[in-house]
Amino acid sequence: MPPVTRDTQEAVTPETVYMARRRYLRLLGLSATAWPLVACAERTQESQTSATPTGPIDADPFSADDPITRFEDATSYNNFYEFGTGKADPRRYAGQLRTSPWDIEVSGLVETPRRFSLSELAPDEERVERIYRLRCVEAWSMVIPWLGVPLAQVIARCKPTADARFVAFESLADPNQMPGVRTSILDWPYTEGLRMDEAMHPLTLLATGMYRRDLPAQNGAPVRLVVPWKYGFKSIKSITRIRFTSEQPETSWNRMQPSEYGFYANVNPAVDHPRWSQRSERRLAGDGNRAFAPRVPTLPFNGYAAEVAHLYRDMDLQTWF
Amino acid sequence: MRFRKETGTALLAHGLALLPLLWLSHVVFTEALGADPVAELTRFSGQAAVIFLLLSLSARPLRMLTHWQWPLRLRRMLGLWAFVWASLHVLVYVVLDLGGYWPQLAEDLLKRPYISLGAIVWLLLLALAATSTKASVRRLGRHWKSLHRLVYIAAPLALAHAIWQEKAGFGNADWQAPWLLILMLARLMASRRPSTAESRSMRNEKQ
Repeated sequence: MPPVTRDTQEAVTPETVYMARRRYLRLLGLSATAWPLVACAERTQESQTSATPTGPIDADPFSADDPITRFEDATSYNNFYEFGTGKADPRRYAGQLRTSPWDIEVSGLVETPRRFSLSELAPDEERVERIYRLRCVEAWSMVIPWLGVPLAQVIARCKPTADARFVAFESLADPNQMPGVRTSILDWPYTEGLRMDEAMHPLTLLATGMYRRDLPAQNGAPVRLVVPWKYGFKSIKSITRIRFTSEQPETSWNRMQPSEYGFYANVNPAVDHPRWSQRSERRLAGDGNRAFAPRVPTLPFNGYAAEVAHLYRDMDLQTWF
Repeated sequence: MRFRKETGTALLAHGLALLPLLWLSHVVFTEALGADPVAELTRFSGQAAVIFLLLSLSARPLRMLTHWQWPLRLRRMLGLWAFVWASLHVLVYVVLDLGGYWPQLAEDLLKRPYISLGAIVWLLLLALAATSTKASVRRLGRHWKSLHRLVYIAAPLALAHAIWQEKAGFGNADWQAPWLLILMLARLMASRRPSTAESRSMRNEKQ
């Protein structure tokens, strides 16, 4: 197993620093919404011509400069089909979810397959705060302050063998606690997966909290994945199993509709969903009546191209969407 | 006396039909539509259009079943409300959702079949609404009836448009499609064998 190449904890901007940065921006009279996007638009063009984009979108990729989504909105508008397909269903029904004790079964290509308690695999002391944009495949997005442990650190504890090329995740699928699982809207349990280099990337987070508290049940308590440069459905919720494989694992939406949802699912404004455009998004954040808020452009890799584009350097992103 | 009763029914019906619109305006301006108000406005207006369309199509079968007079008198009004909601649906999509992203509008209309289909449904409803006046009925004569049978094309296309944009499952079409199917079967049966009550009521309606 390659060691974690970057000390992710040190890379996180301390809270005091990013709060201060926001204040400076306001002092300078700069709109926190506008300027990062201008920077992105410029950089996007460059990234198409050169493999090494210059100039960051966010001053710190671990802490997006965009206005944050209201807690109320982030916890009342969720896609978590285990509790129903309506956006309000997860909050309505997820209260029944028992999140403690919570074990995660680690299997596949590891030195010793075994069960971990959640606190063993992702201890609270290792939690860092990350402010990421979350882009849903349905063309809306939020900006969420997560708390979690970089997945690379979690993977190190799982001790995968050298043959492990992919990591697969599985959600809880308990019909007694999850009314959606009693329907056949998807094949349960929900599964997702990442290539090993994606999983080890310092941006990838195993989140156990948000807005400086534990994860609300409707947001995937007690533990979920957060991969900010991919569409939201990759960020699997309420994880009970982690399996290391040499073959690309099956993923739920890809199995359900392979023409619409790929394994990679990298945010890409140039590749439309077959039924709708991915060029722009409704940003569900910031102040003011959002019935009249304009769309914002969708950025390649959700604005994280500088950090992740090199992972896909030799791939045709139209084919491997 | 009879005039008053009809006016009363119409006023009551318009009053009831107005309620969802009043409620929606209220929640838009009090920001009570949740995290994604534009998506909610789109969904609500589309659903309202479908439901008013289904209600207007239910008028005749209801009349056949119950021999009540009032359903048929409300039919035009219900159909016009369906058109109002369909138009609001289009406005929400073009102005609030796509506002400013005009190239995306052209692309959506040409490249997204479910959006093209929605546009066709709106044009059909526009044609029906535009010819819904008494003057149009007189001017078009027997063609009016054939023209307005287009509603039996518009309604299933509207449901197809709704189902097509669902990520999984059928949404509300799981109860609306059976409702429409029953209405269409009832219409077919009625046109094959018009009952005496039905033909009598049709004569009355024309007077």
